[in-house]
Amino acid sequence: MSTPLLEIDGLQKAFGAVIASENLSLDVQPGEIHAVIGPNGAGKTTLIAQLSGEIAPDAGRIAFAGEDITALPVHARALRGLARSFQITSLFPRFTVLENVALAVQAHQGHSFRFWRPAWRDPALIEPAKETLRRVAMTRREDVPAGTLAHGEQRQLELAMALAGQPRLLLLDEPTAGMGHEDSVRMVDLLLDLKQEVAMLLIEHDMDAVFRLADRITVLVYGRAIASGSPETIRTDPEVRRAYLGEEEPA
Amino acid sequence: MLLFLEQTLNGLQLGVMLFLMASGLTLIAGIMSFINLAHGSFYMIGAFVAASVAQATGSFMLGLAVALPATAILAMVLESGALNRLYDRDHLDQVLATFGLILFFNELVKIVWGAQPFYLNTPDWLSGSVEIISGVPYPAYRLALIVTGLAVALFLYLLIQRSRLGMLIRAGASNREMVGALGVNIKLLYTLVFGLGALLAALAGVMAGPIYAVQIGMGESILILTFVVVVVGGIGSIRGAFAGALLIGLVDTMGRAYLPDMLRLALPPATADNLGASLASMSIYILMAVILALRPRGLFPAHG
Amino acid sequence: MADRKLIRLLPPLLFAVALALLPVLAEAAGRGYLIGVSTNVLIFAIAASSLNLILGYGGMVSLGHAAFFGSGAYVVGILAHHAMWGAPLMVWPFHIGGTESAFIAWPLAILVSALLALVIGAISLRTSGLYFIMITLAFAQMLFFFFIALNEYGGEDGMSLWNRSHAGPLDLNDNTQFFYLVLAFTLALLFLKHRLVNSRFGVVLTGIRDNPRRMRALGYPVRRYQLAAFTLAGAVAGLAGALIANQTEFVSPTFLHWTRSGEILIMVVLGGMGTLFGPLLGAAAFLLLEETLADLTEHWMIIFGPLLLLVVLFARGGLWSLVERLRAALGGGGERR
Ligand SMILES: Nc1ncnc2c1ncn2[C@@H]1O[C@H](COP(=O)(O)OP(=O)(O)O)[C@@H](O)[C@H]1O
Ligand SMILES: [Mg+2]
Repeated sequence: MSTPLLEIDGLQKAFGAVIASENLSLDVQPGEIHAVIGPNGAGKTTLIAQLSGEIAPDAGRIAFAGEDITALPVHARALRGLARSFQITSLFPRFTVLENVALAVQAHQGHSFRFWRPAWRDPALIEPAKETLRRVAMTRREDVPAGTLAHGEQRQLELAMALAGQPRLLLLDEPTAGMGHEDSVRMVDLLLDLKQEVAMLLIEHDMDAVFRLADRITVLVYGRAIASGSPETIRTDPEVRRAYLGEEEPA
Repeated sequence: MLLFLEQTLNGLQLGVMLFLMASGLTLIAGIMSFINLAHGSFYMIGAFVAASVAQATGSFMLGLAVALPATAILAMVLESGALNRLYDRDHLDQVLATFGLILFFNELVKIVWGAQPFYLNTPDWLSGSVEIISGVPYPAYRLALIVTGLAVALFLYLLIQRSRLGMLIRAGASNREMVGALGVNIKLLYTLVFGLGALLAALAGVMAGPIYAVQIGMGESILILTFVVVVVGGIGSIRGAFAGALLIGLVDTMGRAYLPDMLRLALPPATADNLGASLASMSIYILMAVILALRPRGLFPAHG
Repeated sequence: MADRKLIRLLPPLLFAVALALLPVLAEAAGRGYLIGVSTNVLIFAIAASSLNLILGYGGMVSLGHAAFFGSGAYVVGILAHHAMWGAPLMVWPFHIGGTESAFIAWPLAILVSALLALVIGAISLRTSGLYFIMITLAFAQMLFFFFIALNEYGGEDGMSLWNRSHAGPLDLNDNTQFFYLVLAFTLALLFLKHRLVNSRFGVVLTGIRDNPRRMRALGYPVRRYQLAAFTLAGAVAGLAGALIANQTEFVSPTFLHWTRSGEILIMVVLGGMGTLFGPLLGAAAFLLLEETLADLTEHWMIIFGPLLLLVVLFARGGLWSLVERLRAALGGGGERR
C-alpha cells in the first residue's frame, strides 16, 4: 500500500463523560473516498473538527501527507491542502457567491497584507473563482448574495469554497444534509466527478450516496470504529447490521 | 508585621466588596449573555438612598433596609421594562444602551441629591475598633464588612449549590437553551437574577458609604475593577468571582501599600514614590494581562 | 452610467467644497468660533473613523479606544513640556530632549499609540465577545491611571501647552490654517480607508467580522489580521490625539477616560458602522447634539442617556443609512457595506 494521504492513529477525545473518539485509527489513501457512517452522536463531526484543528484531541496522532499535523492550528492545516465543508452551512451571507469563492482562493495566494488594490477587481482572484464555480455549475449565480441562495445551492457553494484552494483532501461533513432527493443526487454526481482529482473523507447519512461514492467505509458507534472495510463487507457485517443498519435499513 | 496584617485585612475588605459587585455581574453576563455597564449605577443608587434615609432617621440600618429592596425593585422594573429586550441583541447594543443608562442615572442623582459628595456615618455600635490580636486594633466597621461579605459568599454558595433556583442558575450559566427546554419561566428567572445582582451591588454601595465618599461617579470606578475581577475569574463563575475578587483586592491594596517603599530601596525617594504609585495603580491590570495570557477564559471558565 | 457616477460622487464633493469654504463663510458671518468647532468635529471624525475600522469592518467591539487617542495627545504634550522647560525627557540610554516640532512629535505620537495597540491587542485578541469588551476597557483604564500618577505632567489635572506644534511654513496657532491641515488629514485618511476596505486586507477583515470560524477553515490566520487592524486603528487614533492636543492646547487623563471611549463608540454607531462617511456624520451629530442639549439644560445627559437607549432599541443603521436611502431614491448606487 502507498503512503496514506491522511493517517489517524489512536485518536482519543472525551467531553466530560461523553466519549466522542475512542482509540480511533483510520486512513485515507490518495484518490480514495473513505466514508465514515454512524448514528447521530457517534462522534463524526467531532472527528472532522479534530482533523481540521478546531478541537484538540486528548491523545493520538494525525499525519497528513507524511507530516505530523496534530499540533498545527486550523489555518495552517487548510493551507497544506486539508479543506473542510461544514455540516451546518457556513458562508459569508453578505458577500456574493463569486466573492465567497474568491475569498477562499485568496487564502492560498500568500499573505493578505495588501492594502491598496481593490480585491474584487483582481483577475488573479476572480478568474480562479469563476473557474471553480464552473466546476460546480454555479456560474449563473455568481452575483447573488450568498445569503439569498436556496439551501441546495448553499451546500454547493460550501463545496466550491472547499475546492477553491485546490485541496488534496476534502473533509465533507454531510454534504447532502437537508437536501431534497434531486439536489442530493446532483451533489453525489458532482462528488463522483471530483473523485478523479481529490481524495475525500466523507461523512454521510444517506446510504444510497455512501454506497455509490465510497471505496471504503468505517462505522462509528459511540466514538469507536466497530467495523471498517469495503462497502460489500460493511453491508454484510452482522455487527454493523445490528448496531446501525438494522435501525436504518438502506433503501 | 502588624501593618502587614492590617493591610491584608484592608485587601480582604476591598476583595469582598468587589465580590458583591462581581457575583451579580458575572451571573448576568454568564446567564443572559448581557454586559451591564449600569451595574455600577445600582451601587451608587444604593449608597445614595441609604445615605439620605440614614441622614433623615439617624439609623444606618434603616438606610440599609430601605436601600436594598428599593434598588432591587428599580432594577427589576428596568429589566422587565426595557433591558430584557437587549438579551438577544449583540454586545455592542448592550454596551451603548447601558452606557446611556449610566449617563441618565448620574444626572438623575445630581438633580435629586446635588453634586456635593456626602458621607454616611458608621452605626454607633460599629464605630469603635476591635483588637484582632493583642496590640492590633482594627476598625470594627471594616471587620463587620468583611464578615458580611463572607456571609453573603456563603449564602450564594448555598443558594447556588443547594436550591432549585440555584440549580436553574447553574444550568443557565453553562447552557441557556437547556433551561428553556426544561419549561422554566425563563423571563422570571432572568428578572430575579438581575434583581439579585442589583441588590448585591446596592449592598456593596451602602457598605462602601462610610469608607469612601458617597458621590456621583462612584459606580464607575468600581465597575471597572469589577470587570477585571469577572474576566480574571471567568465569566459566569461565582467561584471565579470570589477568587478573582480576593486576588484583585489583595494585590491592589498591597501594591499601593508596599510598592513605593520597595522601590525606595533602589531609587531616589521622589522617583520611587512616583513610579511606585503608577505601578501600584497598574498592578491589577498587569495581573489580569498575565492571567489572560495563560488562561484566556479566566481562572474558572464556566462555559465548555 | 456617467450620470450615476456623478450622482454617487456629488454628495462627497459638495461636502468637501462646503468644508473647504467653511472658514471663509464663518469669518464672513462673524462666527469665527465655528472654525474651532469644526476642527474639533473633524478630529473626532478621525478618531471615530479609526475605531470604525476595527468595529465596523472588523467586528471588534473595543471599549478602550480612547487609550490610543489620549496617549497620542500625551506624547505631544510631554514633548512640548520638555521643550518648554529644557529638561531632557530622558538621559539614559539615549539623551532625548523635548520638541515642539510637528514633524517629530506627531509621528512619534502615532508610533507610541500603535505600539500600545499592538501590545494591548495581542493580549485582548486572545479572547472575544464579552471578555474582549471588558479587557479593552480595563487596559484603557490602566493607562488612564498611569497618566494620573504622572505628577510631573499635571497628574489628575493634566497640563496646558504653551502653543501649538511647529510645522514648517504653516502657523498652526492660526485657527484657519490649523483647520485646513486637519481637513487635509481627514480627507486623505478617508481616501486611504476607502482603498483599504476594498483591498485584499479589507475583504479579509470583513470576512473575519462576518464568519471568523469559516475564515480559519479557509486558511486565514485570523488573529494576525485582527491584530494588524487593531494596531492600525490605534495608530490613527494616536494621530487624532496629537491633533486634539494641538486643538485644545491641553492634555489631561480625561482624554483617556473610558467614557471618552464610549463617546467615540457612539459616534461610530450613530453615524453608521462599516461605512466610509458614517463616523464623520456621527462625530458631527454627536458634538452638535451635545452642544444643543447643553444649551437647553445643564442636565442634558438626562435627555441624552435615554435617547441613546431608544436609538439602540428602535433605530439602527445610523445616519448614513438615511443618506444612502436618499441617494438610492435619486437613482445613485449605494455603498454596499
Ligand atoms: N463541544 C462539545 N461539548 C460537549 N459535548 C460535545 C461537544 N461536541 C460534541 N459533543 C458530544 O459528543 C458526541 C458526538 O457528537 P458529534 O461529533 O456531533 O456526533 P455526530 O456528528 O456523529 O452526530 C455527542 O454526544 C455530542 O453531544
Ligand atoms: Mg454531525
